[in-house]
Amino acid sequence: MTITRKQFLVFAAASLAGAAGAKVVSGAEIVREIAAPKGNKRWAMTVDFQKCRWDEGCNQCSAACKSAHNLPDFPDKTHEIKWIWKEKYQVVFRQQSEVVNPALTSHPLALLCNHCSTPACTKVCPTDATWKREDGVVMMDWHRCIGCRYCMAACPYGARSFNFVDPRPYVATINPDFPTRTRGVVEKCSFCNERLDKGKTPACVESCVEKALTFGDLNDATSEIRRILASRYAIQRQPELGTGPAVYYLI
Amino acid sequence: MIEEALVGSRRYWLWVSALLVLIAIGGVFYLRQLAYGLGVTGLSRDVIWGLYISQFTFFVGVAASAVMVVLPYYLHDYKQFGKITILGELLAVAAVTMCMLFIFVDMGQPARVMNVLLHPMPHSIMFWDMISLSGYLLLNAVIAFTTLSSEKKGVSAPHWVKPFIYLSIPWAISIHTVTAFLYSGLAARPFWMTAVLAPRFLASAFASGPALLILLILVLRRTTGYDPGTEPLNKLRTIMTYAATISVFFVLMELFTALYSDLPEHREHFEYLFSGLDGQHSLVPWMWVSAALMIVALVMLYSVRQRAGNQVLAASCICIFISLWIEKGMVLIVGGLVPSPLGTITKYQPTIPEWGIVIGIWSIGTLMVTVFYKITVAVRSIS
Amino acid sequence: MRERILIFCGVAIFLVLFTYPLWHAAAVSTRATPLRLQLPVEARECVAPIPYMSRGHMEILISWRENAVRHGVRMVRATNGKVYDASLTHTCLGCHSRQEFCDKCHSYSGVSAPTCWQCHNESKLIAGRTP
Repeated sequence: MTITRKQFLVFAAASLAGAAGAKVVSGAEIVREIAAPKGNKRWAMTVDFQKCRWDEGCNQCSAACKSAHNLPDFPDKTHEIKWIWKEKYQVVFRQQSEVVNPALTSHPLALLCNHCSTPACTKVCPTDATWKREDGVVMMDWHRCIGCRYCMAACPYGARSFNFVDPRPYVATINPDFPTRTRGVVEKCSFCNERLDKGKTPACVESCVEKALTFGDLNDATSEIRRILASRYAIQRQPELGTGPAVYYLI
Repeated sequence: MIEEALVGSRRYWLWVSALLVLIAIGGVFYLRQLAYGLGVTGLSRDVIWGLYISQFTFFVGVAASAVMVVLPYYLHDYKQFGKITILGELLAVAAVTMCMLFIFVDMGQPARVMNVLLHPMPHSIMFWDMISLSGYLLLNAVIAFTTLSSEKKGVSAPHWVKPFIYLSIPWAISIHTVTAFLYSGLAARPFWMTAVLAPRFLASAFASGPALLILLILVLRRTTGYDPGTEPLNKLRTIMTYAATISVFFVLMELFTALYSDLPEHREHFEYLFSGLDGQHSLVPWMWVSAALMIVALVMLYSVRQRAGNQVLAASCICIFISLWIEKGMVLIVGGLVPSPLGTITKYQPTIPEWGIVIGIWSIGTLMVTVFYKITVAVRSIS
Repeated sequence: MRERILIFCGVAIFLVLFTYPLWHAAAVSTRATPLRLQLPVEARECVAPIPYMSRGHMEILISWRENAVRHGVRMVRATNGKVYDASLTHTCLGCHSRQEFCDKCHSYSGVSAPTCWQCHNESKLIAGRTP
């Protein structure tokens, strides 16, 4: 966090004044009420890309994500911020393109952060600005991120983006319920953790007209996602790396 | 002792002024980067690390190479290095300072850099990198300052310096190993994830460091008359030659593994670097120039006799230094990031502000070396 | 010997410049205008007692931040017994105006503006209020 000398002195003065005897309410005395316990959940997503109509003009998922999270539109594509984006099957599964049915491989895929069970990114972060929550969501703390981009180097899926410039001028309409980010921090899909905490599904899942995205708790044997994964064959991106992604692409 | 650096010839002050101007220009460019963001550089979503980090990687090697003069002198009593050990240590101080500056200017939120120490994460190699670089800087600064000021006072160095000197030997190896670990543990980057990366780094460090040290000694001899003799130069030349040979050997090992196994994700990085991929070949000339310079240097070093004069030595040092600078300072980092995990090829071209900041940091290192060596020569000519 | 005059002149100029804040205010004879902050109209009670808030609001903000972002704790109970959403935009800026309250006091007291606003939005709740 950024802290100026003046702020530190104010801190020190406040602590001293508090210790001097005035009845002080400290931040720590504000008792927490714990939010819904994350406990045993393991969030995951399936992408039924055969239903996806991104190539026919639909971009509901990325548009919903963009407007919910104030993603910017940069004219310079090398600086683009992508949380969920589309890619051709042949590009995503480069080494498996010839094996599968060509009718399948013509569909676009939605790519996003895989919220791995053993993430490479959280291992390398020097400040714990990214970490894995109990329920499986790989979180970002934009207050702590120093912008070293080590997590971006470590991510095998290219899921992370960096704010090379201040994104605010490039956000079409700011959603006041969600912050924008500042330049110099890394960001990525958050599985809409702010929505999950309120019992809702991620914005992309909710917005998909074709119901190509399914989201659910893998630890819940009765969930729809478990039912889908039991009935359909699914592949994952680079499973041999041992990251344990939580995003499944249904065949 | 700083007063020794405050008196000098016209030439000296012209040199210092030129460096200060370059530093100021770099500073202005950095202020722009602070205000605008890293968008002033040529970096992109795919090529997230470029000139800054690659310069850091290269100069960590130069810093580590001080061990090549410290170890023979202090552990093996190789008295011939007596006049240049201090030069190696001071070069290490300047080099590691440059490294830390390069990391600093690469950060998106540099004001938060203390978060690495406030919230230590031992599972992150970057944490250990900060520890090892800071420790090495401190070690060499203390050692060099203490030994030099003892010399100035005409006494032998205090006993407590010895353990620090012995510690600096494995520490030098560790700084470059830790830097290699930054890259060689990333499963996402097959070009970097090779066990031979750390040995390769060390070999190229022990070639490029002595190369620079030899050049600095030759310059020092010409500008100040400070002459350590021919024996240390010959020994450094030997070290540099064998280290460069081992470095080339390691590169060939990498090439074999990647090309013979034919694993696409390994092979394509070498293809991109040596022959271009999908019509993209911006790094190909750099790669071949680096290779050619190395071959020329090794031919010179192996075929020309040691006593044959300094022109050949200087030329081969310049060739080795530039060749390894290209290899570590331009090719290694970008080559590891291109193609991206999805196979996209993004061109990386450093911008003018980026070069301005890099040149500014080089100038800071050069100024440090200038001042340090001025003090050293002054102290030694008095005593 | 000659240099003595130069040295004294230099010292004198330095002292004049160094004590500028002291004599300039007196010379221009202005008085600091008292700070008038726009207080919230609806809410009568802050999250914590006002003497504490004016000194220690950063403590609360950082505590809320760490709890909300890193521990998922969004609802907090203050010492006044009430439960609040630990949100800068919704709770704090739901009552206070950023320009008329936060920025005004910060610039008056010379405390450099925090970087909160680079990311955090102003509350739409007060968007329609007349200043």
